[in-house]
Amino acid sequence: MMHDHRPAPARLFDSSILREAARLSLRKLDPRRLWHNPVMFTVEVVAALTTILLVRDIAAGNPGIRFAIQINLWLWFTVLFANFAEAVAEGRGRAQAATLRRARSETMARRVTPGGGEEVVAAGSLAVDDLVRVDAGEIIPSDGEVVEGVASVNEAAITGESAPVIREAGGDRSAVTGGTQVLSDAILVRITAARGNTFLDRMIALVEGAARQKTPNEIALGILLAGMTLIFVIAVATIPAFAAYAGGREPVLVLVALFVCLIPTTIGALLSAIGIAGMDRLVRFNVLAMSGRAVEAAGDVDTLLLDKTGTITLGNREAAAFHPIGGVREQRLAEAALLASLADETPEGRSIVTLAQQRLGAVAAAADARFVAFTAQTRMSGVDLAQPDGGVRRIRKGAVDAVLAHVHAAPSDAGARALREITERVAREGATPLAVAEAGRLLGIVELRDIVKPGIRERFGALRRMGIRTVMVTGDNPLTAAAIAAEAGVDDFVAQARPEDKLALICREQAEGRLVAMCGDGTNDAPALAQADVGVAMNTGTMAAREAGNMVDLDSDPTKLIEIVAIGKQLLMTRGALTTFSIANDVAKYFAIIPAMFIAIDPQLRALNVMHLATPDSAILSAIIFNALVIVALIPLALRGVAYRAVGAAALLRRNLLVYGLGGLAAPFVGIKLIDLLVTAIGLA
Amino acid sequence: MTLAGWAEIALFFVLVIVVTRPLGGLLARLADNARPLRVPGLGAIERGLCRAAGVDPAAEQGWVGYAAAMLAFKLACFVAVYAILRLQADLPLNPDRHGAVPPDLAYNTAISFLTSTNWQFYGGETTMSYFSQMVALAVQNFASAAAAIAVALAVVRGFARRRAATIGNFWIDLVRVTLYGLLPVCIVYALFLVSQGVPQTLHGAVTATTLEGARQTIALGPVASQEAIKLLGTNGGGFFNANSAHPFENPTALTNIVEAFSILVFGAGLTNAFGRMVGDERQGWAVFAAMGVMFLIGVGAIYAIESGANPILAGLHVAPGMGNMEGKEIRFGMAGTAIFSTATTGTSCGAVDAMFESFLPLGGMVAMANMMLGEVIFGGAGSGLYGFLLFAIVAVFVAGLMVGRTPEYLGKKIEAREVKMTMLAILSLPLVMLGFTALAVVLPVARSAISAAGPHGFSEALYAYVSAAANNGSAFAGLSGNGFWDITMAIGMMIGRFFVMVPALAIAGSLAAKTPAPASGGTFPTSGALFAGLVVGVVLIVGGLVFFPALALGPIAEHFAMLAGTTY
Repeated sequence: MMHDHRPAPARLFDSSILREAARLSLRKLDPRRLWHNPVMFTVEVVAALTTILLVRDIAAGNPGIRFAIQINLWLWFTVLFANFAEAVAEGRGRAQAATLRRARSETMARRVTPGGGEEVVAAGSLAVDDLVRVDAGEIIPSDGEVVEGVASVNEAAITGESAPVIREAGGDRSAVTGGTQVLSDAILVRITAARGNTFLDRMIALVEGAARQKTPNEIALGILLAGMTLIFVIAVATIPAFAAYAGGREPVLVLVALFVCLIPTTIGALLSAIGIAGMDRLVRFNVLAMSGRAVEAAGDVDTLLLDKTGTITLGNREAAAFHPIGGVREQRLAEAALLASLADETPEGRSIVTLAQQRLGAVAAAADARFVAFTAQTRMSGVDLAQPDGGVRRIRKGAVDAVLAHVHAAPSDAGARALREITERVAREGATPLAVAEAGRLLGIVELRDIVKPGIRERFGALRRMGIRTVMVTGDNPLTAAAIAAEAGVDDFVAQARPEDKLALICREQAEGRLVAMCGDGTNDAPALAQADVGVAMNTGTMAAREAGNMVDLDSDPTKLIEIVAIGKQLLMTRGALTTFSIANDVAKYFAIIPAMFIAIDPQLRALNVMHLATPDSAILSAIIFNALVIVALIPLALRGVAYRAVGAAALLRRNLLVYGLGGLAAPFVGIKLIDLLVTAIGLA
Repeated sequence: MTLAGWAEIALFFVLVIVVTRPLGGLLARLADNARPLRVPGLGAIERGLCRAAGVDPAAEQGWVGYAAAMLAFKLACFVAVYAILRLQADLPLNPDRHGAVPPDLAYNTAISFLTSTNWQFYGGETTMSYFSQMVALAVQNFASAAAAIAVALAVVRGFARRRAATIGNFWIDLVRVTLYGLLPVCIVYALFLVSQGVPQTLHGAVTATTLEGARQTIALGPVASQEAIKLLGTNGGGFFNANSAHPFENPTALTNIVEAFSILVFGAGLTNAFGRMVGDERQGWAVFAAMGVMFLIGVGAIYAIESGANPILAGLHVAPGMGNMEGKEIRFGMAGTAIFSTATTGTSCGAVDAMFESFLPLGGMVAMANMMLGEVIFGGAGSGLYGFLLFAIVAVFVAGLMVGRTPEYLGKKIEAREVKMTMLAILSLPLVMLGFTALAVVLPVARSAISAAGPHGFSEALYAYVSAAANNGSAFAGLSGNGFWDITMAIGMMIGRFFVMVPALAIAGSLAAKTPAPASGGTFPTSGALFAGLVVGVVLIVGGLVFFPALALGPIAEHFAMLAGTTY
């Protein structure tokens, strides 16, 4: 469901990233860094302990040094592999950040002085509320709001999209981003973010993982893993006493090996890599999340609030039919509509021209025309044509009630009835009626049809299977809204919505315990964006909207909300899958190590060696090697994420339990056995 | 094994299924403050009790208040029981003239009964006066069961309520559970036991002359009234030392099945009450199914293992041909014993109708494993449900992520606080069970009390602490109590009780305050077989696997030794 505009996946492993990660994984051994990961920190502590014991044994010339060295090495490898996983995830982000950083290179700014003059200062010295002038060809020095002028801007530095966008003072397209380039014209910009705190700075921090904070779910999972680690501390720490009662001694080395195998090292090692990679996937998708929490919330979303226009329907309506009224011929209506629309450069106007030309064939352009532009007051546009006879043809088109008011003369009863029937039918079908009048006489209705985006219905179906409700928000009347809602397959709609209705709807959904996602771009969307659990602001939007949301879509594509949800779910699923796998692994590890441990105490316990591992040493070594290698083996999965399908939770659970639960039970039996064969064959133990 | 035996097991389980719904209805009603029983006069008693105690029936408590009330009640119970046991020589109803109970035994026994453990380092007929049996011990049987059921109801309210600050009133719950739930059933049940030959008298022991002319003292007492609540409340403390193997506690094959049945009913009924209170009975049946599967595995394992002859006897051609009957009662039969043994160890009951120490090593291991899992196989009345829900929270948290949402159970998000409390509770059991066992097998003062040698002796020690922490109270026998065991086991019982109860209440408090998310197609399904299977897996792996090393050195080692012809 999410292939339409996903960028080509970057190569999972780049050799330069790997080299850098290998170097970093040593640096990350610093206990002060590892402290944030209790499971791996514990492994490091016990690894250090066994190393001290190893040194003592070597000094004392004790036997079994070869085995001890190997166990020691693999314990350290376990920690290093975990560091490596995190470093690779960070490295991938850093590679992206490097590109961004180039855009941030030092620029100069022309600051407007209070006296009205200009001074050239370094971009870094700009403060909030400074005014700067940016001409064509110059780089915008910092984030800001256009207060004067209009310009086309190349935002490729942050969006990767080279087509220029228009930025103008006032309205919903006033925000500019530092590091982007003005292509034409000149603008006056009020700075809204000081250096170090700009959009680009935040973006760099996010993709590098520097600004990463643990998300609520990550914290909870961390507690669970720490708890499991404590349980296994108890399980292993009591073994020496039990063994002593049975008349044996357990070497510390073996106890440590058992302990490290049992504690959830797999998920502990990969947990932060999963989080970084999730954020990274979003960034590759040209969406910036302001926090990891937002990504997690995206997976939990219950309700999607979608604007009709641009999200569900193509932005523009198209003329679909002419409906003459009161004996007017269709030809006459079409001609009038055509003439009234010739100067109308809106897509709707152009579509009327196209449709009329299809009906009438080529039409000569009017010679002496004065065009009447649309205003918010008249809610009509049209044309005044000077006739050869000195008369003037006044043609108007516009909203039905506006045109009716314009024509003064009420239509006949029959005409009124026909008008009502047509407008209602048109509205019911999800189209918008546009009235056309000439010389005070209503000619008929042009039917403007919303075009529902192809494939959107299937995507809403997929969302429904995921348990997510879609709500369409539109300013249309209820009849039109209902028709489009039915055609697009949304679950619910809000018609004649005002901006504050969105906020109210979000609050209502949240009071019922649902999490809501929405996207928006205008300043009047800002309160709703702030209230939503996932608020995606369009990059083309105002600074207010961008500040209010917790994500920014650089492509300004509102349908991406659907992919954002999928990415959030994928992040949580990957975490759950690897936790389940990690815990399920323990069964086999017990069966590898316990017989090896106790065989010296009670040789009959050999019967528990169900995998028929060669010797106690090879069994313990194989288990610890498997435990370390499985971390490396799962790095790609942690970075790429578990495959997500838009099926119901029950089906998803069944599949994942089978793969990661039962798979997690079985895999180590096979893996440890194979490693044991290898270890024995090359004589390591 | 016989077909009749399996049929008996199947029929027994069907009976448990049948009783679950009606009893669940009663429990859900009494939790809801409706009039749960149409028995005249009960309402007046309830109101009178509340007025006398100065409890406002309408005033509810937050989780802290609820837990504080529960702990205060337990403290009062402790003082009362300890005082009665120490002073019993000077109290009435002591026809057999028992002296005061020694301090460390009185301490151990008081803790034991108020935690529903009912571990007995004494023989009832040789230690306790009738006053102690009736006023101290039987009252605690009611009170500890009612307190645990009250906590379970409060925990379920945590799941069921939305944005609530309170989870009920402990005092009201305590009174209502006793008055409408335990007492009426116990009265009928005790009369049934009397009809089967269980004594109910205040007369002292009688002396009989046997056919050989020897003189024998036959202990009597108010047995039936204590027997009923001992089982229904999953307390397990016998009136007599031989517990439910004694013919005056459990005279017939019929009473045996009814007693085993009565151990399970409140645990089973609470699963349904849970479903009703959260508004979806299927949620309760999923819990029932998970418990039921573990129960049937346990019964089947014990029945199959104990039906096999001891290979050493078989090798000598002296096996009796009816399985391992050592320590079992002929009148109950093998299947009946398997049912009773699983019921009593899967729940925190601990009454026994056979000698676990005489089970084959693996049979004894099943009994031990049932307790190690945390008493969630129907579990104690009340404690079974909230204990199970803790494991369900772990299952939901781990696997719930796999559907791509923040884990939620019944619409309530499981977050850091819930996970923290759950892990605290789950951690406390292995800490006591393994930690104290490790101490006991190393310290000479403790080792001297272990009678058997080798792995069997190890099993005795392990079983004792497992039984204490699980609040089970059944014994492997072979342990002679002393100060060390009295004190450490009492500590174990308290940790096993209150380090689960209080975190469970804390979870209830934080869940009650949350807004439930309405279920949708994306919600983790918790009402089906998949979920039941998942929780069973979590119980076995998270709860059980940690004991594998200990079991390997105890019963498993003993099993292989037995196969090689060595006994301990």
